[in-house]
Amino acid sequence: MKMEEVRPFTVESFYKFVSERKLMAAKCVDCGFVLLPPRPLCPHCHSSNLTWTQLKGAGKLETFTIIHVAPPQFQAMTPYVVGIVKLHEGPRLPGMIHNVKPQEVRVGMDLRVDFDTALPSQWPMWPRYFFRLL
Amino acid sequence: MRGRLCELLGQPLAAIVSAGLSKFGVREGLYARELFAEAAREAYDRCPNLSPKRDIKALFVGHKGESFEHQGHTGPTLSDWAGLIPTQATRIENACASSGVALRCGIFAILSGMCDIVMVGGVEKMTHRTTAEATEFLAMASDFPFEQWHGLTFPGLYALMATAHMQRYGTTEEQMAMVSVKNHYHGALNPKAHMQKEVTLEKAMSSRVIAWPLKLYDCSLITDGASCLILTKPEIARKFTDTPVHIIGSGQASDTIALHEREDLTSLKAAKVAAQEAYKTAGVKPRDLDIAEVHDCFTIAEIIAYEDLGFCKPGDGGRLVEEGATKIGGKIPVNTSGGLKSKGHPVGATGTGQAYEVYLQLTEQAERRQVSGAEMGLAHNVGGSGATATVHILRRG
Repeated sequence: MKMEEVRPFTVESFYKFVSERKLMAAKCVDCGFVLLPPRPLCPHCHSSNLTWTQLKGAGKLETFTIIHVAPPQFQAMTPYVVGIVKLHEGPRLPGMIHNVKPQEVRVGMDLRVDFDTALPSQWPMWPRYFFRLL
Repeated sequence: MRGRLCELLGQPLAAIVSAGLSKFGVREGLYARELFAEAAREAYDRCPNLSPKRDIKALFVGHKGESFEHQGHTGPTLSDWAGLIPTQATRIENACASSGVALRCGIFAILSGMCDIVMVGGVEKMTHRTTAEATEFLAMASDFPFEQWHGLTFPGLYALMATAHMQRYGTTEEQMAMVSVKNHYHGALNPKAHMQKEVTLEKAMSSRVIAWPLKLYDCSLITDGASCLILTKPEIARKFTDTPVHIIGSGQASDTIALHEREDLTSLKAAKVAAQEAYKTAGVKPRDLDIAEVHDCFTIAEIIAYEDLGFCKPGDGGRLVEEGATKIGGKIPVNTSGGLKSKGHPVGATGTGQAYEVYLQLTEQAERRQVSGAEMGLAHNVGGSGATATVHILRRG
C-alpha cells in the first residue's frame, strides 16, 4: 500500500484504482468517516489527515431504477438498471447492475462490485465499475 | 437563520409590486432573450408607475445552461432585452432552482439597503433540442463522476428516490400518477400552461416508462418560458401598486450533489432546512398556508415535498394527494398553476414562475383557478436531485 498511500485523495485517483480492479475510499484518520468519493478534506470534521482504505465491494441493493430514456452515449444499452448499493463497510455507491434481468432486480439483493477496465479514448478516460449478483 | 433575517422575524423582507410570465410551451423561433422580454413586458405593463431603467437597480436572473442555446453570459443579455442597460445584471445557476436563488439574491439586495428596487427572474429555451440532448444537458446538474458517468439521468435519480419511498412507506405508482392527474386538472385552467388538458389515471398509468417506476406522465415537461418579479423594499411598495404582496419568509439550503451521500433517500434535507428557515423568518406554520407551489419535476418530488414542507408526516404524502387535500377545493391546494408537470418546466424560469402563481393567487388574479380568499402561500424550488432548495413564503401586503 505504500505507493497507494501517496496518491492524492481525488476522483482521478479513485478511477486509477478502478483501472487496477480496486474499490478504494478515503478514510478520515481523525473521525473515522469513510469518504466515497474520496476528497482532500473530510466534510464532517474538516481534517485532511486521510488514509486510503480498500473496500470489499459487497453490499445490499438499497434502491434502483430501470432507465429507458438515456443520454445519447447510453441509449444503445437501454433498458438498463442503475442502483445504489449500501456497502458492508458503510458507504453507499451508485452504479449499473449487470447480468440481472431488469424484472428480477429487487431491493435488498446481495451484490458485489466488478470492473470493466477498458478505457475510453477521450476525457475523462475513466474505466467503469459495476455491480453483479453475489 | 442568517444575519438580518433574524432581526426581521415576522416582518416583510421585501414586497412584490409586479410580475410577469411568458406563455409556457413550445415557443418556436423564440430564444431566451425574447422570452424574457415577453415576461418583462407583462411586469412593466402591470406597473405603469415604474420607470424600468431609472428605478430598477439590479437584475438577478436564473438560467441553467448555455448548452441549450450555445449562449452564456446571459445576465447582461437579458438585461439588454428587458431594456435595462446599463443596470447591473447577474446570472444565477443553481440548476432547476436558479431563479428561486435569484429571488433570494434580490431579497438580499433589498435587505442590504444597496437597492430599493430590483428585478428577479429566470428563463430557459429547451424545446429546439432532441429529448436525448435535453436529457444530457439536464443531467449536467447531477454528479458527473458517480451519476452521469454510470448512466443516471434526472428521471433516474428521482426514480431511485421513488423506489426507496415505495419500499419504506408503501407509496404506490397510482398515488404518483394522482399527482399528475391533479396537476393536469389545474393546468387545464391556466391559459399560460404548456399542456392545458386533463389526463385520466389510466392514461397516466399506462404511459411509457422513462425510468421505472417513473413513466412519461410522472415527468415534468421540456418547455420554453420566462418569468420575472419586481421587488421593492416594503416601505415604498404602495407607490407602485395598491396590491403588493409581501415576502415574509425565505430559506435556502444545500445538500451533497450526489444522491448516494445523503442521509436519507426518501426526503430532501435541503428542502427541509430551507423550509424551517422560511417558516421561522415568517413566524408561521404549515397550517397557516392557503396555497403552495411545489417543485413537481417528477410526481414523487411533489409527494416528498408535502412531507418536507410539513403538510403531512413523512410517508403520508401519497395518501395526502389520494385524499384530494392538495387539489383546488382541498385543505391546501398545491400547484394551482398546473405545476412543472402541466404548466411546464423551463428550468431557469421555474422558481420565479412559482412565485408568480402565488402572487396571482394572493392578488385574486388567478381567474378560473383562483383559490378564493387566499392570504398566504409558499413557493418551493429544488435544484437537481435536491442539492439546492429554496422556500419562500408570501402574504398579501
